[in-house]
Amino acid sequence: MELLRVEHLKKYFETPRGLLHAVDDLSFTISQRQTLGVVGESGCGKSTLGRLLLHLIDNTSGKIIFDGEDISNISDAKRRELCKRMQMIFQDPFASIDPRKTVSQTIAEPLRVFHLGSDREISEKVAEMMDLVGISPRIRNAYPHELDGGRRQRVGIARALILRPEFVVCDEPVSALDVSIQAQIINLMLELQESLGLTYIFITHDMSVVRHVSDNILVMYLGQVVETANSEDIFASPLHPYTQALLSAVPVPDIDHKTERIILRGEITSPINPKHGCRFASRCIYAKERCFHEDPALTEVTGGHCAACHFVKEINGL
Amino acid sequence: MVQTEALLSIRDLSIQYVTRDMGCCRAVNNLSLDLQKGETLGLVGETGAGKTTIARGIMGIVPNPPGRITQGSIFFKGEDLLRKKKKEMRKIRGDKISMIFQDPMTALNPVDTVGEQIEEVLKLHQPGAGKEEIRQKAVQMLETVGIPGERIDEYPHQFSGGMKQRIVIAIALACSPELLIADEPTTALDVTIQAQILELMNKLKGEMNTSMLLITHDLGVVAEMCNRVAIIYAGEVVEIGTARDIFKNRSHPYTQGLFNSLPSVTGEKTKLKPIPGAMPDPSNLPAGCPFAPRCGYACEKCMAEHPELLPVEGEHYVRCWRAAEEEQHGIAAG
Repeated sequence: MELLRVEHLKKYFETPRGLLHAVDDLSFTISQRQTLGVVGESGCGKSTLGRLLLHLIDNTSGKIIFDGEDISNISDAKRRELCKRMQMIFQDPFASIDPRKTVSQTIAEPLRVFHLGSDREISEKVAEMMDLVGISPRIRNAYPHELDGGRRQRVGIARALILRPEFVVCDEPVSALDVSIQAQIINLMLELQESLGLTYIFITHDMSVVRHVSDNILVMYLGQVVETANSEDIFASPLHPYTQALLSAVPVPDIDHKTERIILRGEITSPINPKHGCRFASRCIYAKERCFHEDPALTEVTGGHCAACHFVKEINGL
Repeated sequence: MVQTEALLSIRDLSIQYVTRDMGCCRAVNNLSLDLQKGETLGLVGETGAGKTTIARGIMGIVPNPPGRITQGSIFFKGEDLLRKKKKEMRKIRGDKISMIFQDPMTALNPVDTVGEQIEEVLKLHQPGAGKEEIRQKAVQMLETVGIPGERIDEYPHQFSGGMKQRIVIAIALACSPELLIADEPTTALDVTIQAQILELMNKLKGEMNTSMLLITHDLGVVAEMCNRVAIIYAGEVVEIGTARDIFKNRSHPYTQGLFNSLPSVTGEKTKLKPIPGAMPDPSNLPAGCPFAPRCGYACEKCMAEHPELLPVEGEHYVRCWRAAEEEQHGIAAG
């Protein structure tokens, strides 16, 4: 069942040099208990998208429909209520938690903000949540600086989940962690999704992580979706030239692995006052005249697999 | 380990940081490494393993205080760098040995043009060269790293992240160093840009026959760039060998754990097998094997006695009591 639907979502920022198109006409849906992976490189608008969905910033236009209700233009009071159902896990848990609060105070904070329960009830809930995310009761009175990155991220996850939300935006939740710790946190997040029935948006630049956690994937480039499909299809047969280059650029930890690497030339187009045409054209090896003045639309190429490229059929021999 | 032929050979190096709050933090412990001419050695490890401190030790830029090299030697072409005077080190740094840092935004000076920054190293190390000659060399270096020469008078902020890292590479290679230390050179970059930079580094390294010490946590980058690999844990080498030894025949449980933790872009999707726990506090290292508290194979001996680096086969060495025993049994059985 559909939990979230986004229609023509746009976010433009005013800058001294013009209008920055951070998120430019995005439409997609997420079903309950699924994970939508959002991948792209720095500046593609993936974090802005996450913030828009939780209403941390206002959108310029478009609709965000959560559980059947348009939440793109709601009052602050209503937005606060929505916090109980939608939460966020941030990249850098050290920057996103208060250095002067202990572990248990940090996790209890959302409950206190909403006055949910007596002190005793709150401390019971906190203890239960700490157990769920694997934080030892021994460190309940520790401060963030005393914890390593993995434990800090567990605290961030516990705080996000204490209100028992249905929908969680995860913005690069494992990017700041070492691989051995990263694997612990990924496994934890997948287990929690299963046991609590969570729906995730998983924002990351790491292709191997996104493949591991996602059901469906959106590939973003300069504020737009260039390709979307289920996770297997994206990795087995990427259609858009950008996705192809992105996947070929990922270094594979196997010395016998040989890839035909597509090295992108040319500079990235500016997202400020972008001209018509495909935004990837300046770096695309297949770009033709048409790509530079006509916007490509996101169209279905094969069952459920969509790409925004004028020449997607020719390139892939379809 | 042949000592005479190595370009760089580190022997029993220990580096500590001593602070009032944290006490004595043992960042590098009795570390020995050899780097041959023309080869790329990967130093792989997680945050806090001591990789960057090793690089700083070689460059002679360990911040003091709180850092202190407590023992060991670093032989570069047969001479011990740790016995050199500050003035002598300054002549070597940037000329014979140079370094690429992780973050190009902080490595470049924002108020000097990129030309001035490339010329600076040339002026310092080639005092005989004329102004015009140095300028030309700087333009040539920019073009070598794929930036049009006419952008020489621009400032760092006018370049993208990938181009800034190219400029850092141009500065590092301006004097054709014999040893290049690259500390996470592509970690701050996007993958498509990383691919460009790795390609560039490989090409230039081949042309100049530079030896490289590549510090990274990314095993994918290692697979692509390195001839030999040293896995660093809690300030010491736990496993070292050719890239093939490490990727195909790894024997230290930590190295195995690192590989099992990686989600894959190819092949089957399987549940990740993380290494439990976290790295020990370097100011309070365990008595035995530093990895023992996290190790699934640890026995009593591992907790009590610090393991030595023992040979597995050929150039492949491992610091693990169990792996070394198994190897001996294997040999006895075979």
